[in-house]
Amino acid sequence: MKHLILTASLLALSAGAAFADAHSAVVRMGTEGAYPPYNFINDNGEVAGFERDLGDEICARAQLTCEWVTNDWDSIIPNLTSGNYDTIIAGMSITAEREEIVDFTQAYFPPAESLFMGLSEDFTLEGAVVAAQTNTIQAGHIAASGATLIEFATPDETVAAVRNGEADAVFADGDYLLPIAAEDADLMIVGEPVQLGGGVGMALREGDERRAAFDAAITSMKEDGTLNALILEWFGPDAATF
Amino acid sequence: MLEFCTDPSTLDTIRWFSCYLTNGAHLLFYQSFLVVFALLAITAPLALAFGFAAAAASRSHLWPVAGVGKLYTAMVRGVPDIVFFLFFILVLDQAIEYLRHQVTCPDWTEEIRQGANFLVCSEARTPSSNAPQWVHELYGFALAVFTYAIVFGAFCGNVLYGAMRAVPRAQLETAEAYGMSRRQVFWRVLVPQMWVYALPGLGNIWMILIKATPLLFLLGIEDIVYWARELGGSRTSAYQYPHPDWRFWYFLGLLVFYLCFTRVSEIVLNRVTTRLSRGQATAAGEALRKAAA
Repeated sequence: MKHLILTASLLALSAGAAFADAHSAVVRMGTEGAYPPYNFINDNGEVAGFERDLGDEICARAQLTCEWVTNDWDSIIPNLTSGNYDTIIAGMSITAEREEIVDFTQAYFPPAESLFMGLSEDFTLEGAVVAAQTNTIQAGHIAASGATLIEFATPDETVAAVRNGEADAVFADGDYLLPIAAEDADLMIVGEPVQLGGGVGMALREGDERRAAFDAAITSMKEDGTLNALILEWFGPDAATF
Repeated sequence: MLEFCTDPSTLDTIRWFSCYLTNGAHLLFYQSFLVVFALLAITAPLALAFGFAAAAASRSHLWPVAGVGKLYTAMVRGVPDIVFFLFFILVLDQAIEYLRHQVTCPDWTEEIRQGANFLVCSEARTPSSNAPQWVHELYGFALAVFTYAIVFGAFCGNVLYGAMRAVPRAQLETAEAYGMSRRQVFWRVLVPQMWVYALPGLGNIWMILIKATPLLFLLGIEDIVYWARELGGSRTSAYQYPHPDWRFWYFLGLLVFYLCFTRVSEIVLNRVTTRLSRGQATAAGEALRKAAA
């Protein structure tokens, strides 16, 4: 009898565990937390920004429990493939090069302009020293352009390099640079805007079945206009929408 | 949170700073000091235990045991800390996943190493990929603590081995003459007397350990260096408390913290040395005896 009770309670326990497993599976959303307004750590120490609001809405629509994890940009793809988190939602442009390593959802942000920001108006790319963040499409563009590229691990350091004269200009997403240029009297947008990348999407490990759920959620947000509303809220009335 | 902090842009300097320094991000910064203290509190005794085992093994009369003890101290001492940290954590993590993979998924046919990727079946992922974030953070911290203990254990082992040899041979011979076994001589005569010889060396290792704590940042743990860099970076008005690049001040703060911490350690270590020198047949013990007389 004792044996029977023990077996029964063990069964109940394992059933409970299996049940909990299916429902409490956590999807960990990996982001950089240093690229406002896409994603940043706010004054309360929480992940915030456009992608935080978007990601929470996508998870709610896909009925997933999501948690936010921050990781340095430099190692954000290797740490996804090795399973430290399950998605990258960090202003990452969809490129053919990245497609070989990870799977992207459809774009949730249209292809955006990349801009140069420097200390003086007379800027020519030829022969200039340009700061960009490591492993970004902007860094790749500068490396191919013939200008001297200096790379930094964080976006903030690329701007600091221009302020202290180490670089003639910083090259990054316009949405990141515009608020900085607007608030700092010394810094200004220089040169011509460049169109790079195929829009921003979420990255998942290759073959991850949750991609369909995320895609469906993004589609539904595009259809009912909530995605465009979010973009306008975070990127201003002039932002490109779907 | 202080109640007048609702709209920081209207505040005067003193109030602005009192709000700024108590916001959520700063509270996390202050909490991260606890991570450093926790690391030290767990690593120090663990490293001492590893070192003691290594020193005792090195003295063994069985040559394989002595070999293992000596190899461990020589190998870890000869590799730069930072290389060992980055390498060992990776190896440890992959070894755990590899072993679990062999046990849980014996039917797996795909290559585990595919280029830069290390792919094991999802049951073998450690911690499980749908575990909450705190489990992942704790796992990362545990790996870091273990690695610190291995590295600093090797240094301790070297110091303790030297200290054991420094205990006057006559003391051990006297004990043997009284008929004590090898084990009794080790535990009752050698070990109690060696600490005073070991202390200067252990004190140095403690100082180096304190100064090695910012390596946590390299391992992706959100320690004080992470938060100093994070909070010090310039902020636009997307944040409640915009400010220019203040990393200089934050890193200066860390510098002062580490200086104070090592100074306090020094004072405590000096007191312990004095206490342990009492009645010992060393120069410091002799000086104490003369001062009292």
